[in-house]
Amino acid sequence: MTREEVLEKFRAIFEERTGINEFKEEDKFIDDLGLDSLGIMDVVAGIEEEFDISVPDEDIGKLTTVKSAIEYILEKVK
Amino acid sequence: MDRKVVVTGMGIISPIGMTLKDYKENLFNGVSGVGRIQAFDPSGIASQIAGEVKDFDLRKFAPEFKVTEVRRIDRFAQFAIAASLLAYKDSGLDINREDPYRIGTVIASGIGGIITLEEEIRKMVEKGPSRVSPFLTAKMIPNMATAWVSMKLGLKGYASCPVTACASGGTAIGEAMEVIKRGDADVIFAGGSEAAITPIGVAGFAAARALSTRNDEPEKASRPFDKNRDGFVMGEGAGVLVLEEYEHAKKRGARIYGEVVSFAQTDDAYHVTAPEPNGDARKKVMEFALKKGNVPIDEVDYINAHGTSTSLNDKIETEAIKAVFGDRAYSIPVSSTKSMVGHLLGAAGAVEAVATLLIIKEDFIHPTINYEEKDPDCDLDYVPNIGRNQKVRYALSNSFGFGGVNTSLIFKKI
Repeated sequence: MTREEVLEKFRAIFEERTGINEFKEEDKFIDDLGLDSLGIMDVVAGIEEEFDISVPDEDIGKLTTVKSAIEYILEKVK
Repeated sequence: MDRKVVVTGMGIISPIGMTLKDYKENLFNGVSGVGRIQAFDPSGIASQIAGEVKDFDLRKFAPEFKVTEVRRIDRFAQFAIAASLLAYKDSGLDINREDPYRIGTVIASGIGGIITLEEEIRKMVEKGPSRVSPFLTAKMIPNMATAWVSMKLGLKGYASCPVTACASGGTAIGEAMEVIKRGDADVIFAGGSEAAITPIGVAGFAAARALSTRNDEPEKASRPFDKNRDGFVMGEGAGVLVLEEYEHAKKRGARIYGEVVSFAQTDDAYHVTAPEPNGDARKKVMEFALKKGNVPIDEVDYINAHGTSTSLNDKIETEAIKAVFGDRAYSIPVSSTKSMVGHLLGAAGAVEAVATLLIIKEDFIHPTINYEEKDPDCDLDYVPNIGRNQKVRYALSNSFGFGGVNTSLIFKKI
């Protein structure tokens, strides 16, 4: 899966779960996009379902920005 | 000096109206809100009818909510938010000019977010536990109606969610009244909310044989006190009352619907669902409420019955009313709001309190519809089918619930 494909799928999940369709890759989920902890869990659940991967609790803290999430997914689906 | 509690605002989300005006007109004209269930295909369930709230959209009441935010709120809490915003507007209160710690929220629910729970269980069974929504718990627990209303309006005082099954709405209003009387709050948004018309919700009551199976005549199925009643009809919605300390209300020139005079609660201590056969705890709850409020028995001009349309409830409630009021029972009009809206479970006591206060305000008693044949066990004046003008000084409203809980509230014209 290419980076572009991951980003495109992420965009769809993110909009479905948060209603947010405009963001920059460096945006922080909490500070810039206004998510709360449950909102992040919801996005993570969407990522797990869409990419068929599992995100263990200890990794959730790594997903702080759109960019970090995309890179995490890319690494996992490799 | 004793603090007096009055009602200064009301909001309603019901199968027969989402404004006080529509609710009142439909109640007074005897319009049924019961139909075949639309929310899902009820085929296969013995009871396929309900009083549903149709075309409800929280964003019509609170446009500032985003679609994705609304998804985080179960239907029962959405009803409560809408009804509370309507009640707030109706009250003329300006929360920004009040101490938020003196304003509370007591919105009951008998069941909570069962629609959410059912959806998430289905996901877990079909796709595994990792697919369960992180919002599940925060959507389904019964105190979330209170929580959302507190958040939405910024109410930081007393907050609670009494769960007493089908008496929950009555308990909430009674509890709120007591909290204001004892001085712990000046204003409380009190009421009940329920949204349990879901396959598992309906199937559970149907399995207990509590529901009417008159599927071919939905609008005639809820027929409290009629000889041919065959069970209750589920309803959904919310009722919220702004309860306010009298001097506080007077000072700001608030319009007053009536006074909440008294509240009592007892328990049958008999059976999980069936009422105590001799109705003693029901008789006692009405007597306690009358005594506590020093209510002259001959000034009770109306009783809003629990009146579910089940064989046992209506018979035993009738007997209990006769045991309390003696011969006078025959000259007090007794009617059932459930004949029109169905049984709103934990919201029933609240939407019926709204009905009772409209009756007091307008001096017009709404009918019990679908009353066609007299049952020898139910021989009071149930205001059959057509409402009537009558002065109402005091009105008593009963709500009884599974688990044997009994509540009586007394309202007074002011």
